[in-house]
Amino acid sequence: MLSEFKIEGGDFTRAGYASSQIKKILKNLNVSPDVVKRVVVALYEAEVNIVAHAFKGVIVADISNSGIKLVLEDEGPGIPDIGMAMTKGYSTASQTVREMGFGAGMGLPNIKDNADRFEIVSEVGKGTRLSIEIDFL
Amino acid sequence: MLLKEIVQKLDLKVFTPEIDVERDVKDGYASDLLSDVMGGAKEGEIWITLQTHKNIVAVASLKDLAAIILVKGFEPDTDTKEAAVAEGIPLLGTESGAFELSGRLYNLFK
Repeated sequence: MLSEFKIEGGDFTRAGYASSQIKKILKNLNVSPDVVKRVVVALYEAEVNIVAHAFKGVIVADISNSGIKLVLEDEGPGIPDIGMAMTKGYSTASQTVREMGFGAGMGLPNIKDNADRFEIVSEVGKGTRLSIEIDFL
Repeated sequence: MLLKEIVQKLDLKVFTPEIDVERDVKDGYASDLLSDVMGGAKEGEIWITLQTHKNIVAVASLKDLAAIILVKGFEPDTDTKEAAVAEGIPLLGTESGAFELSGRLYNLFK
């Protein structure tokens, strides 16, 4: 089952919408609560990253019997140094975004901690593509 | 412990009288970093923060938190209150700072 969500950069009023929808779908499918929790954390962080850093993006969620695959693709500045970006506490978020309590440099590590498989590909000046897979069993 | 008891014992202001406070609270979590709450808070905990914008409701709802307490007399933004009512997340407030409130809440759970 495929679900698609469009994300606008800078629009924090809708941040978390996709995560909330996916949470409802997984609950209805009786996916175990522990797995739902991991999906929600990973997806919310990835969703907020697009809002905080990119111009716009698309989330595609592919749910099968065995798990969920989330692909988040954005048009944005890209990440020059993925190793740095994966470091806990490192962030390039703006002051405004930080004052809201985002941009603490915990987003990507949170995603990695909760994913079974996680891949990040980025091109500076073009955008970033994240693939997050979480198994149901 | 019931949220109702916590509201009474800590003399909390209730910003969302529409939502019932008969729910169970398992523990507390104090943080102003949303990613920290996403990563660290657990279902049924009550969240202490000074953030007042709408995204706190999304985080609380996604993490199935019991309620949010705003410290230092902060009031929720209008759209925060609307979102809280829509998501069924009680929004509470106190004049105390996070340190004092955390201590008082911790003692209730001891």
